[in-house]
Amino acid sequence: MGKTRIQSGEIHERARQVLADAHLQEAYRSSTLRLYSHRLQAVSELPGFERLRERAYALKREVMQHLDYYLAQFAENVERRGGHIHWAATAAEACAVVREIAADAGAREIVKAKTMLSEEIGLNRALEAVGLCPYETDLGEFIVQLSGEGPAHIVAPAMHMTRHDVSRLFVTHLHSEPTDVPEELTAIARRALREKFACAGLGLTGANFAVAETGTIVLVENEGNIRFSTTAPRVHVALVGIEKLIPRLADLAVFLRLLGRSGTGQKLTVYTSLLTGPCRPGEDGPEELHVVLVDNGRVATLADPKMREVLYCIRCGGCLNACPVYRKIGGHAYGWVYSGPIGALVTPQLVGLESARELPFASSLCAVCRDVCPVKINIPGLLLYLRSQAQERVRAPQPEGSLLRERTLMRLWAWAMKRPWAYSLGSRLARLGQRFIAREGWIRRLTLHPLSGWTKGRDLPALAPKTFRERWKEMGKQ
Amino acid sequence: MNSPTRATKPRVALFITCLADQFLPQIGECLVQVLRRLGVEVIFNPAQTCCGQPAFNTGYRREAHEVAARLLDLFDDADYVVAPSGSCTSMVRVFYPELFANDPESLRKVERLRSRFLEFSEFLVKVLEVEDVGASFPHRVAYHDSCHLLRELLVETEPRRLIRAVRGVELLELGDHQLCCGFGGTFSVKFPEVSVALGEEKLRAVAASGAEYVVANDAGCLMHLAGVIHRQQLPLRTMHLAELLAKRE
Repeated sequence: MGKTRIQSGEIHERARQVLADAHLQEAYRSSTLRLYSHRLQAVSELPGFERLRERAYALKREVMQHLDYYLAQFAENVERRGGHIHWAATAAEACAVVREIAADAGAREIVKAKTMLSEEIGLNRALEAVGLCPYETDLGEFIVQLSGEGPAHIVAPAMHMTRHDVSRLFVTHLHSEPTDVPEELTAIARRALREKFACAGLGLTGANFAVAETGTIVLVENEGNIRFSTTAPRVHVALVGIEKLIPRLADLAVFLRLLGRSGTGQKLTVYTSLLTGPCRPGEDGPEELHVVLVDNGRVATLADPKMREVLYCIRCGGCLNACPVYRKIGGHAYGWVYSGPIGALVTPQLVGLESARELPFASSLCAVCRDVCPVKINIPGLLLYLRSQAQERVRAPQPEGSLLRERTLMRLWAWAMKRPWAYSLGSRLARLGQRFIAREGWIRRLTLHPLSGWTKGRDLPALAPKTFRERWKEMGKQ
Repeated sequence: MNSPTRATKPRVALFITCLADQFLPQIGECLVQVLRRLGVEVIFNPAQTCCGQPAFNTGYRREAHEVAARLLDLFDDADYVVAPSGSCTSMVRVFYPELFANDPESLRKVERLRSRFLEFSEFLVKVLEVEDVGASFPHRVAYHDSCHLLRELLVETEPRRLIRAVRGVELLELGDHQLCCGFGGTFSVKFPEVSVALGEEKLRAVAASGAEYVVANDAGCLMHLAGVIHRQQLPLRTMHLAELLAKRE
């Protein structure tokens, strides 16, 4: 915590770059709209979806209220089935645990399933630093690993790329022939990955859910790479954020129906794997199972009764697809691994609000995120709460072109709003002043913050010659 | 026209909202006209200023609290408070309970006010049970659902029913009618490029629908869209629902 450096202040500059890039705009627009419309369709076909959301919310709340109990139960059941449990309080500890397991296993090559937690803790860098070779096997993650970028989306890491981009990337890094046919691109990736699966001594995954009752790791995917990563290598390591717990196996009936539909509009993803312990005698599977339970800021989030709700997230990415702001600025503008509305909540929790002060403000608060969230996280409500925390705790940089700090402006504004005479006087003075800058009822350019922002891309209607309250006096009583 | 014929006409206090008061006062005038035409007694307390949302929206809760607390005492003498804004109405009904969570005395006042505080279209359709207010406007209009009205107050059909009852009007639906126009309060000046890009997208949808006018129930969204229209000289016009319902063309 606190050491992770993100550049949330750069969100403005990055957003401008993405807005100016027609190629990126189209990539984000078409992908998010496709996923969003699939979601709408899938949800409309399932009666009682709303009740499922309520049930999921209640279950997550229950888990968070008694997380100590469920974690202990989960750990005990994992160990009872022959798995090993590791606890990691920080990103560094989690990376160290994985390195030690790899060293003990003598594994240099590591095949990885898509896991946001591994991105969060910077695992690949930590592994490469000691000479280990992590290979991303999810197609989207494979692509962004080649391009040296972070994920642009929680479930579709390469959302910002078109097939043409991917083709160019493969030509450069894999020396393949250029092709724009998705099936051919997939086949190229598949050939490259097969070799890795064959030689890897360790498979690393995340977990979509961790079932306390049975010690089961639940993984959902569409490509089969997770199943491969958890069966071919001798050792399986599952990185599990402590918020992934669910009480009972039966609760999967709630969460699995929500997850696929909310994320991609699928009734179920193509593969759903329930892994309980290492392989049993006479069966396939890894000889060793290690479950790394990671805190990395989650306990601190749990301690805040409001922000605790952020831990309910099941990482479906639905709020990203629905968010008008995400569609325009894309994932990388958010400056860290988590993006979109949920990222604007998760990131400040995990790296500290000081490093991510701008993120809660990157929302028009339209609330569509809340309405699509499968676990009913009140995302706009929490963004508002984080905004208030930001104003209380983190000093804001003075805005460009501003004579006064925003806080001073707000204090002046509140002072006037509490005094109708001051409000009316201010209005009169502003109307006198605008005579010099308004033309035919419009103001084209203002240089003072915050209204300078308004006139950057649109005109500002001039204040009306007479306010409503002045006109009211002339309207006569009924 | 099915104007109300109840024995006791409700007494309605207007909450005009600071943006409408300062920038678009014709919204308030039209609101008064429509309500009076329906036989409603309209009162206006000039001690009102702002609901406090700009400060709340930007995270300045203390300032929002101070401004909002004033509003709680202004409307005791009215049966209903009617505002031409889904956003300011949500502020009172949805966000005041959060803002005053640690202030039990104000919270009691909020509870008394909440059930009487209505957005304009909601008041006409739900309370007065009126759809046809006697307006006529022979033009093609698209209705833009402002986010707070749609998702905080769940008002979706009321404005459409009122518009459909206007003589001569052709109501066109936007393909992305649930998508934000990009205003977002102080978001509009904190992320101006994103805000404008969303406004442009909304206006493209309006143009594609074939509408001449985009109608909405919030001065903020309307100022934002009108600002983009004016800057780009687009052949579209904005109009508040109250203005539309006051039309007799």
